[in-house]
Amino acid sequence: MEYFLELFLGGLTRGSIYALIALGYTMVYGIIELINFAHGEIYMIGAFTALIFASVFTLLGFNDLSILLLASLAAVTWASAYGYTIEKLAYKPLRKAPRLSALISAIGMSIFLQNYVLLAQTSDFLPFPRLIPHFSFMDPIVHVIGSAELVILITTAVVMIALTLLIKFTKLGKAMRATAQDRDMALLSGVNINKVISFTFIIGSFTAAVGGVLIASHIGMINFYIGFIAGIKAFTAAVLGGIGSVPGAVLGGMVLGWTESFATGYVSSDYEDVFAFSLLVLILIFRPEGILGRSTTQKV
Amino acid sequence: MLSFAEIRRSVLVSAWFMFLTFPVMVIRVNPIEEVVEWRWRNLIMVGAGSFLISFVWRYLIARKERGKKAAEAGRAGGPPLARRAAVHAGFHKPLMGALAVFVLIFPFLFSTYQVNIMATALIYVMLGLGLNIVIGLAGLLDLGYVAFYAVGAYAYALLNHHFGLGFWAVLPIGAVMGATFGILLGFPVLRLRGDYLAIVTLGFGEIIRLVLENWNDFSFGPSGIANIDRPGFFGVEMSLEAATNYVYYLLIGLVLMTIFFVNRLQNSRIGRAWIALREDEIACQAMGIDKTKTKLTAFALGATWAGMAGVVFAAKTTFINPASFTFLESAIILSIVVLGGMGSIPGVIVGALVLILLPEYLRAFSDYRMLLFGAILVIMMVFRPEGLIAGARRVYEFKGKKETSDTADGIHT
Repeated sequence: MEYFLELFLGGLTRGSIYALIALGYTMVYGIIELINFAHGEIYMIGAFTALIFASVFTLLGFNDLSILLLASLAAVTWASAYGYTIEKLAYKPLRKAPRLSALISAIGMSIFLQNYVLLAQTSDFLPFPRLIPHFSFMDPIVHVIGSAELVILITTAVVMIALTLLIKFTKLGKAMRATAQDRDMALLSGVNINKVISFTFIIGSFTAAVGGVLIASHIGMINFYIGFIAGIKAFTAAVLGGIGSVPGAVLGGMVLGWTESFATGYVSSDYEDVFAFSLLVLILIFRPEGILGRSTTQKV
Repeated sequence: MLSFAEIRRSVLVSAWFMFLTFPVMVIRVNPIEEVVEWRWRNLIMVGAGSFLISFVWRYLIARKERGKKAAEAGRAGGPPLARRAAVHAGFHKPLMGALAVFVLIFPFLFSTYQVNIMATALIYVMLGLGLNIVIGLAGLLDLGYVAFYAVGAYAYALLNHHFGLGFWAVLPIGAVMGATFGILLGFPVLRLRGDYLAIVTLGFGEIIRLVLENWNDFSFGPSGIANIDRPGFFGVEMSLEAATNYVYYLLIGLVLMTIFFVNRLQNSRIGRAWIALREDEIACQAMGIDKTKTKLTAFALGATWAGMAGVVFAAKTTFINPASFTFLESAIILSIVVLGGMGSIPGVIVGALVLILLPEYLRAFSDYRMLLFGAILVIMMVFRPEGLIAGARRVYEFKGKKETSDTADGIHT
């Protein structure tokens, strides 16, 4: 039973990270119907930025808490800046082009960013400092859930709630929903489409960077390639829950996290990624609209 | 003339990129010695580079917009000069003749090393032409194409290892295996639309690679399979040099065969059905084209070439392991098709030669190879989606009354 609980919580932690990254996919897809292939790379760049700034601040002799805050701040700032720039360079000129063109452009951007970090930094795995402190009140239950996991769960919950509020109750959220429903009509009603799309990329990159910092400090290792697998899995989570739906992304992330956690715990750890990809293939074949998604009829 | 506003915009762009690339380009952390390296020179390079590139970028965007307007106004000119020269009979035949002679005497002019590189490039020409069927003609974005390549390579490696089957016996088997896997993948994804299809094929490619990596009893895991037989020639013993030349000629033969088949396919009933499918799926169905059959044949035929290329690859290198079949390989083949021009046979050949040979000859440049591939995909999509050599549309010209000639010209685009 304790093993089961451990796997359950492990899956939940994993799933929260997938959900954080999946949010970016699902929001971008909801608005411009593009699979932002470079989204995983944003997450990777967020983690790298945090690592770089954490190292610099450590050398400057800052204390642990301020390092955590400053490094996370730098990570979300730069990740958002990258998200914004990528949209302007690689997707905006292609908004009226066939969808395949935008997707190929996104794949190109993803390969470019991976190799940019590889060449400018290193191809080796870098040790990531344990930014999240250890809480002593967690000691009695530390064999089931550690403080890092707790912080991940709480942060994910906070980000999700904030995002839901933003989408439901602010003017920007209303503009985002309008753009997602009908871009041309939103434009006619006076919504600044370019601004809304830019904001969507910024918010998506922000959550991806949060996920990047959390998972990197949990696992303790990063390299330039982490974004690819994480990106694919987060996309799986987004599709699983129903792409375009924010609660769907969270649910999809959790389901994927548990699938992986239980499959590796009870079956075999060699095929961890195979389980994730098989789940993706099965979902797309049998329920392409996802768990919470609505099926859309194609209009001619 | 450069206006003040233009310069100010470029200065802003360059400042933005200096900010953007600051953490990754300037600071480098050495975790072992715990020192931080500051590379300010990179910052200056990024600033200057983005300042200049922003002018080019804006110029190209403006040119593209102008081109679009001109096309809308119906002033689309005929085919470009290069194409007209290439297809002109007086020029075409000597050009092709010279090319054929060069291709045939290539191994006598250059060293074994060069022939080997050329053979690698030819394998990519085959792969590119195969993927071109799936992406260029049928418009199905297949990101797991390398899986079929792996199937062919492992089919030969395993059959050779366990049963001692030769290259020529396995070449058709590899092709059939490729086609079978193509259909196996094709069936479940028939209902999916473009971008979902891309992700599923990517997942499929990764599953094949991960299985090959982890199923030690079957595929010998990450260590791969070594000592695969080279292609035989009626049992004649060959030196390494002769074997390399032999593989080269064999590949030339296979590429010619591929070109022949793809060319015939393109202009056949099924080829036209693919193009119709690419242009508009619903309209295509409305015209009475069987969508299922058309998609499955595209997958199967595309995968056939990958299967054959895989067999040749295994025979050429005599060693394979799962590391040769990563997603990046699929991305390279995709770049070849996109750079060359989707749906264009000469385009794909040029694309493969450029992308595979350039990094080999410009050694200093080979580190930046993948970076460049990524950039090529983005830049081609933004500025020239039709590729280096655009695929020619079949144009039906009305050679009757003169009044209708305007509309016939309009189809040229």
